[in-house]
Amino acid sequence: MNALWFALASVLLAGYVILDGFDFGAGALHLFVAKSDRERREVLAAIGPYWDGNEVWLLAAGGVLFLAFPKVLGAGLSGLYLPVFFLLWALILRGIAIEFRSHMEDAMWRGLWDVVFSFASALPPVLLGAALGNLLRGVPLDASGYFATPLWTDFRASVPFGVLDGYTVLVGVLALVALAHHGALFLAWKTESEVHERSRKAAARLFVPLIALWLAATWATFALRPDLFENLAGRPLAILAALLGVAGLVGAFLGRRRERPLLAFVGSSAFLLGILVATVASSYPVMIRSTLDPALSLTALNAASSAQSLRTGLLWWPFGFALALGYLALLLFIHRGKARAPAEGEGY
Amino acid sequence: MSDPLFWHRVQFGFTIAYHYLFPQLTMGLALLIVVLKVQAVRTDEARYADAARFWVRVFGLNFAMGVVTGVPMEFQFGTNWARFSHYAGGVIGQTLAMEGIFAFFLESSVLALLVFGERRLGPKRHLAAAVALFVGSWLSGYFIVTTNAFMQNPVGHSTAPDGTLQIANLAAYLGNPWALAQYAHTMMAAVVTGSFVMAAVGAFWLLRKEHLEVARVSLRTGVIAGLLSSLLVAMPTGHMQGQLVATHQKVALAAMEGRFESGPMAPIAMIGQPNVAERRLDNPIAIPGVLSYIAYGDFSKNVKGLNEFPEDLWPTNIELLYYAFHIMVGLGTLLIGLAALAGLQLARGKLEASRPLLWLLMLAFPFPYIATTAGWMTAELGRQPWLVYNLLRTADGSSPTVHGGSALFTLIGFAGLYFVLGLLFLFLIAREVGHGPRSLDRPATPVVL
Repeated sequence: MNALWFALASVLLAGYVILDGFDFGAGALHLFVAKSDRERREVLAAIGPYWDGNEVWLLAAGGVLFLAFPKVLGAGLSGLYLPVFFLLWALILRGIAIEFRSHMEDAMWRGLWDVVFSFASALPPVLLGAALGNLLRGVPLDASGYFATPLWTDFRASVPFGVLDGYTVLVGVLALVALAHHGALFLAWKTESEVHERSRKAAARLFVPLIALWLAATWATFALRPDLFENLAGRPLAILAALLGVAGLVGAFLGRRRERPLLAFVGSSAFLLGILVATVASSYPVMIRSTLDPALSLTALNAASSAQSLRTGLLWWPFGFALALGYLALLLFIHRGKARAPAEGEGY
Repeated sequence: MSDPLFWHRVQFGFTIAYHYLFPQLTMGLALLIVVLKVQAVRTDEARYADAARFWVRVFGLNFAMGVVTGVPMEFQFGTNWARFSHYAGGVIGQTLAMEGIFAFFLESSVLALLVFGERRLGPKRHLAAAVALFVGSWLSGYFIVTTNAFMQNPVGHSTAPDGTLQIANLAAYLGNPWALAQYAHTMMAAVVTGSFVMAAVGAFWLLRKEHLEVARVSLRTGVIAGLLSSLLVAMPTGHMQGQLVATHQKVALAAMEGRFESGPMAPIAMIGQPNVAERRLDNPIAIPGVLSYIAYGDFSKNVKGLNEFPEDLWPTNIELLYYAFHIMVGLGTLLIGLAALAGLQLARGKLEASRPLLWLLMLAFPFPYIATTAGWMTAELGRQPWLVYNLLRTADGSSPTVHGGSALFTLIGFAGLYFVLGLLFLFLIAREVGHGPRSLDRPATPVVL
């Protein structure tokens, strides 16, 4: 049952990355792929129906961690205290930028919120990627079950650890580039006109850096954590996921080249899903790795709620999750086809 | 300055008080918008649809502020209250996870349809979107109130082998009597806020002789709903809440009233200053027997004073608790009086002609917010020194590795960010009110989705 909840939390987090990821990427790029107010409103029309619901995946994942792995939630969030608040502030500014922008037809007002939106969309992927880097590299969890690290030390991925070091920043930049690529493919799928063309070109330009960063991050992870790759080799699910990731990348490439935008976006989603699942499946059962002593790591086995709490959660959770997937499917259906800049007052 | 616990408490208190300025309006407005939309569909009169459209725009802005200020609340359980999360996660994680999955997904999916979709959806389906948002936001309120009710009056749990709490009876946890009373009380208070804001804008327009049709609809809806809800906040919901405090938090009840000595015919102080050092209430003007009645439904019953409890069980800030409670009750009473007066004039058809009363209604809208905040402070300060009543002390719930300076830094960050957002928000709301309702050029037949 612990493994099941571990899998559910992983699925929600991966879902969060894929879904909020495309609106992070679209937001980070929109200054470049959409130049006029009409084009920017086309971008907002494309992500408008989804972004708020996408963010709920983060809250839902947080809820699952709270219910099933409260010790991991407490140690992780309090240990990464400052970067978590930077993330929260960026998410606040992002939501506000989307909402406030539409309320006044004024070039300076809208220009300001466009820049805020772009910056506040680019920061979360970097921070979330760096957080993943911290979990993979390990943190100085001690016998109390908690840790604290400074924001940075000497930028080397060794003692004394900082939240930001060469390795975690590399993972953060990989996340930004991967989600920018993902967002560009989403916009290429959902828009037409100039925005469509520029998004396609942006995805093309990001493709080589994405592969380079992915290989670099994989190599750096191998250097730091060879044990993860031993796990990967021995676990069929992890191997399958890694293959899915590679196939997704190929799909993203082919879909873009052959003007099959939906295939490209689905490919990019499969890429993100594949590498994330491969990573967590290789890490299982470790959730927060201790660099002091492997036995102090917080795992799905030693940091979970009691079996009774986990069982009770299973009574209602699948039902709620099915409903949530239903809403998403309904939204995709209602807003099928290309997004268009709406009339003033009828959209963002 | 370096005591992290203090800053954790101030930060959580500040961010949640600020956050709750927005949901109390959106939950109240959600109901009133449904009322307006129902009338619009029933009568097919443009004024109801126009009023609903205006209030949906106000709702949208408030909802956005509620969403962005709400996300940090969920995270702060982990960042600032890690030991509490670890201790109680198996129980309160249930409702916090339910809120995301049952309420937030629904609300976020429907919001854009409500705010932008009137033309596309047509009147009936747009009403359905309003109902869905009403259901989602009121569900969300229930999950949060249930979580808080567990902290006030823990039920449905047992102790797991590792010493943390686990859920033992989900139905008992969700049906906590404290949650039922607190939910009714809180939601009625949200309707009071929504009603007084609606009445204030209606009064403003009438005083300026603008947008008269929509102004009248808003004023009438606000006054009628405000009268009903402000009565319901006091009786029976506030009374039920008071009896629960009297039963489960005797020491909190004594502190709320600044009552040190025990005795029958316990009075309620309308005014007075608690003097904790000397253990007495200075300069009280009190009505005998009323506290006994509120607590036990009997004027002659004995109500225990603080002297009967060891000091380490006393709420940590008795003065603030006392004043918060009295501000809540005082403002609640004044709001009932104002709503009753306005309701009477409305029934006599003289409200619109009574400019002083319109001025009062226009200026009264901040007071429900103050009363709600004071009520929330009463509940949370009364809970002290416990984080989970009788189970976990607040001092034992904070994050052990977060430095006081970090907590102060993030508090200052929130204060600055929220101040700027608040200014921009008020600016945009003022523009909406200044602009007034917008009309919709209705297409002959609704566009099919």
